[in-house]
Amino acid sequence: MTKRFGDVVAVDDLSLEVKPGEFFALLGPSGCGKTTTLRMIGGFEEVTSGSVYLGDTDVTDLPPFKRATNTVFQNYALFPHLTVFENIAFGLRRRKTPTNEIRHQVAFMLKLVELPGYEDRKPNQLSGGQQQRVALARALVNNPRVLLLDEPLGALDLKLRKQMQVELKRIQSEIGITFIFVTHDQEEAMTMSDRIAVMRAGRIEQLGQPEELYERPRTDFVAGFLGVSNLIDADVAGRDERFATLRLDGGTLLRAPAAYVNGAPRVRLGVRPEKLRVIALNDDTGDSVDADTNALDGTVLDASYIGVSTQYLVETPDGHKLTVYAQNLETSGAGEVLADGQRVRLTWKPQHTFVIGPAIGPMPAGDAELEEEPQVHA
Amino acid sequence: MPRHWRWLVPYLFLIPGGLWLLAFFVVPMLVMASVSLQTGSLGTGYALTWNFGVYPEMIGAWAPQFERSLWYSIVVTALTLAVGYPMAYTIAFRGGRYKSILLLLVILPFFTAYIIRTLSWKLILADNGFVLGNLKDIGFLDDGFRIIATPIAVISGLTYNFLPFMVLPLYVALEKIDPKLVEAATDLYASRLQAFLRVTLPLSMPGVFAGSLLTFIPAVGDFINSEILGSRDTTMIGQIIQRLFLNNNAYPEAAALGFMLMAAVLALVFIYARFVGADELTR
Repeated sequence: MTKRFGDVVAVDDLSLEVKPGEFFALLGPSGCGKTTTLRMIGGFEEVTSGSVYLGDTDVTDLPPFKRATNTVFQNYALFPHLTVFENIAFGLRRRKTPTNEIRHQVAFMLKLVELPGYEDRKPNQLSGGQQQRVALARALVNNPRVLLLDEPLGALDLKLRKQMQVELKRIQSEIGITFIFVTHDQEEAMTMSDRIAVMRAGRIEQLGQPEELYERPRTDFVAGFLGVSNLIDADVAGRDERFATLRLDGGTLLRAPAAYVNGAPRVRLGVRPEKLRVIALNDDTGDSVDADTNALDGTVLDASYIGVSTQYLVETPDGHKLTVYAQNLETSGAGEVLADGQRVRLTWKPQHTFVIGPAIGPMPAGDAELEEEPQVHA
Repeated sequence: MPRHWRWLVPYLFLIPGGLWLLAFFVVPMLVMASVSLQTGSLGTGYALTWNFGVYPEMIGAWAPQFERSLWYSIVVTALTLAVGYPMAYTIAFRGGRYKSILLLLVILPFFTAYIIRTLSWKLILADNGFVLGNLKDIGFLDDGFRIIATPIAVISGLTYNFLPFMVLPLYVALEKIDPKLVEAATDLYASRLQAFLRVTLPLSMPGVFAGSLLTFIPAVGDFINSEILGSRDTTMIGQIIQRLFLNNNAYPEAAALGFMLMAAVLALVFIYARFVGADELTR
């Protein structure tokens, strides 16, 4: 589907399938079209072209109140003039649910979000986290087929956010409703989601499970948006069954899974900072490198001890700067951090090398197969 | 100032306004209360005789005008609300970048004097003015048809003059409402109409209340519109008070009427507040 605001294309020919019961995240920087996408699914934004299906039903032209979706809005949009009870009962009342039934269901929801006894409070008497729970209950009580969440945790402080991430996940698995949520926080998306669509400029940059996006980003953008990546351009020098050999401009040979490299003579390889191991190079260190290991020599430019790990910035002779997160497994203090100017060797396993750029091979085994009918399909 | 006097500072800020109100509101009120209970004449002078009898006497004498003023003002308030609400709603939710221009247009009439504006209505509504005159020329209206000097003219004039007092507080109340709340209502199975009735309208009640007071209170005491646009059959209590004061020099009678008007307005506002829900005001 596509959404245009005047000349601006907010969502550009985006296609997406979400499975029943899935916790699905739309992740991207602000202005990438993720919220617009969510609003089109919810019916708040007209679709310029394309269609939205809920199961087998085409809901493209239905207003929000005729769709089996409910939304948890950014900043919650609780009705300030109604009590918690009436807020949660709002949807049930509109659908003429009997009073007894309403009382029953609201009580059940308040228990689910762990706010029993708050029926008569007004929203402005609640903390941010409590308002968040009421917003969730108000949407869930209607038993939607899909729950849409627009930056649901954005207004909470860090500690509460972590807590609510766990809560949301628990509630979702308890009731089994499909959740589609929008966030710009990659960690939040990684913690909660079954699958993530990374969006940029109105398009899906890459879609997959969190591990897959992290371990094998397929574009520069995904490599940089989810965590930190070290990226280096290289020529493809050869390949065997398992690995392709890549030659850096300085002549160093590195290896990457052969499946990632396909045809193109020049590619961009990447490796995550925590996959790198740093070894101090002394005069008596041999040149021999284990055949199963990628190695790259350089000099420490900067070191910062941050408790759980030490971060190094290492510069290779041909000018690439690599970030390294060294776990402080053996070290016990800042005194054991390698000094600036120290010559070091970075080593990592070839299978931890990912390749992006012009040549992209087929996805490695274990790719998510759609076994069920998609629930939301846009 | 020593530290332990700091708590005084906010109260110091209240002093200029407080003195102003004391001098120009509280003192005149007390003077008027005293005047209403005095007897005498301009020639012989007045003395405070605690003549409470003037109150029932005045009510007896001017009950029709009194009642008429209250009714006119209730109708005027209802009309300004009916005309002003859609206006304020449109500016607040659909105004977009023209919001401030539209608001300026609402208050633009204030740039002309109240009397001038009302006088121009006299021209517009005149029996052979360019509206009615032309309609009569083409035979659309009977030659005897008139608007001027009827209650319709007075009520229209008042409605026009007080419309901005209704629109501005309504606008402020509606502007504050997060459009997301309406979206949330429609997400929760409310139709557009239900969303308005259940969410927008209740949340705009403070504006409805404020606008009603700002329209009703000055309209009850108005002595211009009926004077210019009305007739003897539309005389309002404000005109009576004004005449008693300035033409007849009947100061105690005028003061007594003024106090009774105030009491009636306070009573009606109180009832209205109970009806609308006074807690809406303070939220």
